[in-house]
Amino acid sequence: MNLNEDLYKEIILDHYKSKKNRKRLPDAARHLEAANPSCGDDIDLYLEVENGKIQDAAFEGMGCSICLASADMMCDAFRGKTLAEANSLIDKFKGMLTRNEVPEFPDEAADLEAMQGVAKFPLRIKCALLAWTTAHQLVAEENKSEAEKSS
Amino acid sequence: MSQINTAGRAGVQSSSPYDVDLVRKDFPILQQKMRGKRFVYLDNAATSLKPQSVIDAEIAYYTTMGANIHRGVYEFSERATLAFDAARESLRAFINVPEDGHIVFTKGATEGVNMVASGWGRRHLQSGDEIVTSELEHHANLVPWQELAREKGLVLKFLPIDPETGTLSLSGIEETITDRTRLVAITAMSNVTGYLPPVKEIVRIAHAHGAIVLVDGAQYVSHHKTDVTDLDCDFLVFSGHKMLGPTGTGVLYGKEACLDQMTPYNYGGDMIVKVYKDRATYRDIPERFEAGTPNVAGVIGLGAAVRYLLNLGMDNVATHERNLIRYLTAAAEDVPGIAVYATSDTEHLGGIFSFNLGDVHSHDTGAILDNEGIAVRTGFHCAQPYMRFLGIPGTVRASLYLYNTTEEIDIFIRALARVKEVFG
Repeated sequence: MNLNEDLYKEIILDHYKSKKNRKRLPDAARHLEAANPSCGDDIDLYLEVENGKIQDAAFEGMGCSICLASADMMCDAFRGKTLAEANSLIDKFKGMLTRNEVPEFPDEAADLEAMQGVAKFPLRIKCALLAWTTAHQLVAEENKSEAEKSS
Repeated sequence: MSQINTAGRAGVQSSSPYDVDLVRKDFPILQQKMRGKRFVYLDNAATSLKPQSVIDAEIAYYTTMGANIHRGVYEFSERATLAFDAARESLRAFINVPEDGHIVFTKGATEGVNMVASGWGRRHLQSGDEIVTSELEHHANLVPWQELAREKGLVLKFLPIDPETGTLSLSGIEETITDRTRLVAITAMSNVTGYLPPVKEIVRIAHAHGAIVLVDGAQYVSHHKTDVTDLDCDFLVFSGHKMLGPTGTGVLYGKEACLDQMTPYNYGGDMIVKVYKDRATYRDIPERFEAGTPNVAGVIGLGAAVRYLLNLGMDNVATHERNLIRYLTAAAEDVPGIAVYATSDTEHLGGIFSFNLGDVHSHDTGAILDNEGIAVRTGFHCAQPYMRFLGIPGTVRASLYLYNTTEEIDIFIRALARVKEVFG
């Protein structure tokens, strides 16, 4: 096991340092705060959804490099996706980390494969998943409110 | 390999009062490698490693006694009962329990605090009464009091931390504890910075106002000679696993007058004298507070841990760790970008070193140290209010014990350079 090959890859550190998606979105966006109580990762996730499509995704907060890099990659991957596509990405990402599945991400989201090495560090998996489980909740909320509107 | 000559540079001498290499041979897990490297254990504030004598004592219970205590009329039960009672006597000697004091076995320090909050607090406190604690506390010595305060309408007050020094000042203590204060709950050693609050003064001031004092000794008792007769506290809680003993063991020390005012935490077998269909009478202290089959093997192991510590001498343990923390503090001065979270009072400091490197998250530093075979704790250390006071989300914590060496500290200091290599 090599720390630089499995955990602290350059691509992960680049996303960790990137500030592109670190912002708060306007009030109309869906928003949820989430934390890993055992380690102090604490993020606010925003999804701006219009007509079933994610127009923008962003986050603010504090956390380790794995948590924040994962959130950054997720925001990049989500932009322009439908809610169904986002859910499919969430499922694939979780599968890669928790079920040892070989990831098949679309080309524009290929960076996500860099996170595969985190699976070798069981205590860090929850860091990588925090943004994704939070997004899953936000997508579910959006779906529910859409369903209520149309009924 | 480059050697960091910290001892010479900072003028810190570190001659241990005992042969630490010999001591290390008593701890089988120190022979293990972690991530393929020499295992350097610096997470002693979370739990301690166990010497062979403690492991053997637990095994001996299962292989040569096996029986439950206090019940059987046969030889093996008698043997187990005697071993269990001997452990209680060892604990009495270890913290110098006075005639009118008792050792109650618990699962750990957390259970001890909850027993007092529930058994004493619920019964004796009423709306408007004050409980005084501090922002230094581990959640275990805060959350039970919060719940009690909410339930009974109590006022929870905090001893002020001097922002300059990070310590509790005598004047702040005198101003906060008043005639309305009924109970003071205070740690004897911060699990974040190693700071040793002036507990004896706090006890004196609290008693002058008619309040009782619970001392959280989870960090202190394993590293320093503790004398409850001299300290005069009303309750002291601590955990066995942090002092070389098995997990799931702990002690609630209490003065008889205070324990006698407490309702039992658990009801059931082994704590009763007579049981009728509609009522029961209870045994004396301490058995009244030990319902059900206790952790017999664990308590016998804890007795062996106490004998190990007494044999080494708690003053020697404290001296050894004092040398190490001074060595570590001096060595860390030259680490670029290090922020150390310590009180300015180096006279009242246990073997705990909390820090961050630049803006690297503590988890990342911990992961890199792990890769070098070094075990540290990262995060908020079950002390979120104190982290908020410090204005940080978490720290990396290296915590020392009687088997650590200056060589291990050199390895630790060298490994910190790896963090900079990865995170720049």
